[in-house]
Amino acid sequence: MLQAESSPYIFSVLYDIIFQAPTYVIFLELSLLLLVIWIIIHKQSNGGKHLTQKQKEEIIKNWVSEPLVAEIDENHPALQNNHIVDGPIGKFITVDGIKCLNMATHNYLGLEEYPKIKENAINCIHKYGVGSCGPRGFYGTVDVHLELEERLAKFMDQEEAVVYSYAFSTVASAIPAYCKRTDIIFADECINFAIQKGIDASRSKVVYFKHNDMRDLEKKLQEQAKADQKNPKKAAKTRRFLIVEGIYMNTGEMCPLRELVELRAKYKLRLFLDETVSFGTIGKSGHGITELLCVDIKEVDLISASLENAVESIGGFCVGSHFIVEHQRLSGLGYCFSASQPPLLTQAAISALDIFEQEPRIFEQLNDVAEKVDEQFRYFTKLELKGHPLSPVKHLYLKHVDDLEESEKILRKIADECMKKGLAVVAAEYLPIEKFPPKRSLRITVNRLLTADDISNAYKIIEEVSKSIA
Amino acid sequence: MKNRKFVNSDIEPKKNGIHHTNGYRSSENIIKSKLTNEHQDNNVATDKYKSIHDSKESFEEAPLITACLTYFGFYLLMIIGYINQLFFEPKVATEKNRDGYVPLFDSFERFYLRYVYRRVKDCWNRPICSCPADTLVLKDRITPDFGWSFEFTGTTTKCLNLGSYNYLGFAQTSGPCAEDSIKSIEKYGIATCNARRELGTNALHIELEELTAKFFGVEDAIVFGMGFATNALNLPSLLSPGCLVVSDEKNHASIILGLRLSGATIKVYKHNNVKHMEKVIVDSIAYGQKNGKPWKKILIILEGVFSMEGSIVKLPQIVEIKKKYGAYIYLDEAHSIGATGSHGRGVTDFYGVDPKDIDILMGTFTKSFGSAGGYIAGSKSLINFLRANSHAHCYASSMAPAVTQQILTSMKIIMGLDGTNEGKKRIDQLARNTRYFRKRLAQIGVITYGHEDSPVVPMLVYLFSKIGAVVRTLTTRNIAVVGAGFPATPIMEGRIRFCLSAAHSKDQLDYALSVIDEIGDKLGLKYSRKPKDPNPIEY
Ligand SMILES: Cc1ncc(COP(=O)(O)O)c(C=O)c1O
Repeated sequence: MLQAESSPYIFSVLYDIIFQAPTYVIFLELSLLLLVIWIIIHKQSNGGKHLTQKQKEEIIKNWVSEPLVAEIDENHPALQNNHIVDGPIGKFITVDGIKCLNMATHNYLGLEEYPKIKENAINCIHKYGVGSCGPRGFYGTVDVHLELEERLAKFMDQEEAVVYSYAFSTVASAIPAYCKRTDIIFADECINFAIQKGIDASRSKVVYFKHNDMRDLEKKLQEQAKADQKNPKKAAKTRRFLIVEGIYMNTGEMCPLRELVELRAKYKLRLFLDETVSFGTIGKSGHGITELLCVDIKEVDLISASLENAVESIGGFCVGSHFIVEHQRLSGLGYCFSASQPPLLTQAAISALDIFEQEPRIFEQLNDVAEKVDEQFRYFTKLELKGHPLSPVKHLYLKHVDDLEESEKILRKIADECMKKGLAVVAAEYLPIEKFPPKRSLRITVNRLLTADDISNAYKIIEEVSKSIA
Repeated sequence: MKNRKFVNSDIEPKKNGIHHTNGYRSSENIIKSKLTNEHQDNNVATDKYKSIHDSKESFEEAPLITACLTYFGFYLLMIIGYINQLFFEPKVATEKNRDGYVPLFDSFERFYLRYVYRRVKDCWNRPICSCPADTLVLKDRITPDFGWSFEFTGTTTKCLNLGSYNYLGFAQTSGPCAEDSIKSIEKYGIATCNARRELGTNALHIELEELTAKFFGVEDAIVFGMGFATNALNLPSLLSPGCLVVSDEKNHASIILGLRLSGATIKVYKHNNVKHMEKVIVDSIAYGQKNGKPWKKILIILEGVFSMEGSIVKLPQIVEIKKKYGAYIYLDEAHSIGATGSHGRGVTDFYGVDPKDIDILMGTFTKSFGSAGGYIAGSKSLINFLRANSHAHCYASSMAPAVTQQILTSMKIIMGLDGTNEGKKRIDQLARNTRYFRKRLAQIGVITYGHEDSPVVPMLVYLFSKIGAVVRTLTTRNIAVVGAGFPATPIMEGRIRFCLSAAHSKDQLDYALSVIDEIGDKLGLKYSRKPKDPNPIEY
């Protein structure tokens, strides 16, 4: 039908194009064509170098490849530290057969206590099976995904939420969906690895400022403003972003959100806030740092967070205005090109949100415990505590060792010894390719269910072990 | 709840014209099928494969007039869109409180989404409310304003599922996989709440890694919580600036992202074109890097079955090239693991290539295993290297217990370790469904792409607006399929993709084929000019 009707048009359009075009257009096109031919010819000669068949064969014969991968030493800690966890992850955790008090994994809220979550997840298998067998676009959108998105948006008092199947890919996909090659990103130098990878993927220019140092940030913004004045044309096309974490995974510190929001308005930046640690842990109802510091959530352009920490499922999400978030449904790589979250994990997140909404006292309890840990853990002989008192993630640094490798070794030994004595803690693992290698530490997580006795017990074990090793 | 006509096995296909679905077999056909069956034998020499498999792969070109019309139609859509934009205010949210900012989105992209993609937007992201098994249940939605927004009607429609990647039919709500997964939740809880290197490893992960290595017959394996992340977070540690990557032009977004993060030089070769690949490699080695230094190493990256093209990689020839020039191979078997090869071990199994000749075997558990996650298998030193350097192993959360258990149980079934021949039955059923469906489509006269043994079957409809028309029409006939158009495919090659499954019965396929035949006439999909097989296709 369509075919028969439109085919005569093609010819009339072609006729128009060829015979009614002004001469200068034809001239322009011809010169373009010549340019293309010239480029093709030039390209073939490979920048002036041209090899004969024989020379090529000679080079190929002599070329030797490096091995695929470098040989890893058998004593590499990644191959040695093979602790195996058994059973459920709660206030206690069984490591290598020893029951340990858990100050290692990120289930801050101790949702293990609520059997409803497991029950709902199991019912979900009865209804949907395990995997979703397709990306969101291709029949991988299950009604529970829509429910979770709606619930998250409502919980955070935002217009829209988008759920990813993996926390690492959430922020790492969200950043390059907005930031492009010609843009500038201002980022804190202690941002976590997933954000670093998101920034790399965007290929934008990055300016790192010192950790939580607003003076340094403002100085760099001013420098940029000066450069912009010199080249206003370019500046008019350059988008600017500010990327920070609510509570930094790598330091346990909280970002000064109020100051950041002021700078955002002053320098016309868009603010991306990663709440991997702070979502579901701080604020009266667990909404995160905006609630705690009473910052209007509309001041932040995009919030990304993990469902793997406080929510105790797998996945991640972004919330924000409809205008911003909707874009990710077609541009977030990890959203479009990966199978959607297994429905049972979505259901687990929904059930966790139920508890968040019904029992907001769990956040208060967690904050209490976090503060108690903060008080007690200040007094180690060999270790120094860092991190915000309310933060459920805290870091213990060696007081007298600065060398990365050396401290890594000692800290791993301390962690191993603690586990043998019934306390699970981990020496935070980082890859050598981190942009700014973080100072090595024992990373302590706080569980809501820890009692005063548990905390002083943990203190005793760490103090004793660290004194004997460090 | 308004349940429209169910698609179930007792629907009789319409018996018109060429649809002979009875058990009638011509002697000619028996001979033919014997011939083709021979090719499945695993021990045939490589040379023989070349000729055989090249002829099994088909990429028929569209008639010229269709090509012209497609472009024309596309430009027409754009022009109408521009006019539309001039007169009608778009019904979309705008950015608030950000006056004086540089606009966040590219204006062409925004235009494309609002005025071109919106017309067919209803064909994607359709919510379902069931397991994606042989059938699925769509949540009906309508758009009151031509695609700007959607509303649920509260009704549902049960459809035959030709859209999900459920190749071996392990997406099930009951049976051993579901039961075992439930037990694992009871034992381990929902998630591990930590990365593998930081107390995120449990016995299931170890067991899965050992089983995966055994499944492929290689030394070791490592598993990750997401297939996409397996590519995006491991390629950067395997490559560095100064390395050359020779990559198929149709490679998946996750591979491209991983390569971008790695900083290696990327050269693209034409899709599945071994000659072009060799030329790229030869020239690259001869001319070296831009700075004159020789390349550090060369990695050829390809997929087993390409998800949009339905083609199967020409592995034996590529292994030869790799050996000849000292390159390495990274093979992404997302769509081929489980779905190809007589033991379900992917394309190495399919061609009888030694898996140890493939340096890096990668794949996902999302598809044939009905779960989530990805793996990399290979030599001990490779896996040790990844344990020490992989981004995902160090920073990303480890696989959830239920998800891990689903893979373990389904993999054991595929390997026959459960003591039944259930796995073999599924593999054979999928192979049978694939051949039958593809041959019948050819007989109907539509153009399909890809290899005759590939369970991914793209049917070309070319015109952008036809993608929407076909998907919608098939939905009214209770068949769910996936459409793909620009920018996922070239402008020219809009297509409908069918994914076959071992869960499909012959009756279900016959029903789908009869509908395709019928709408093929109505919508003008029978583009093929190849001679048609006049004989009934045997199942
Ligand atoms: C070739 C290829 N690699 C990787 C992936 C990503 O896998 P997953 O869905 O498990 O994230 C896909 C998924 O579509 C794919 O087709």
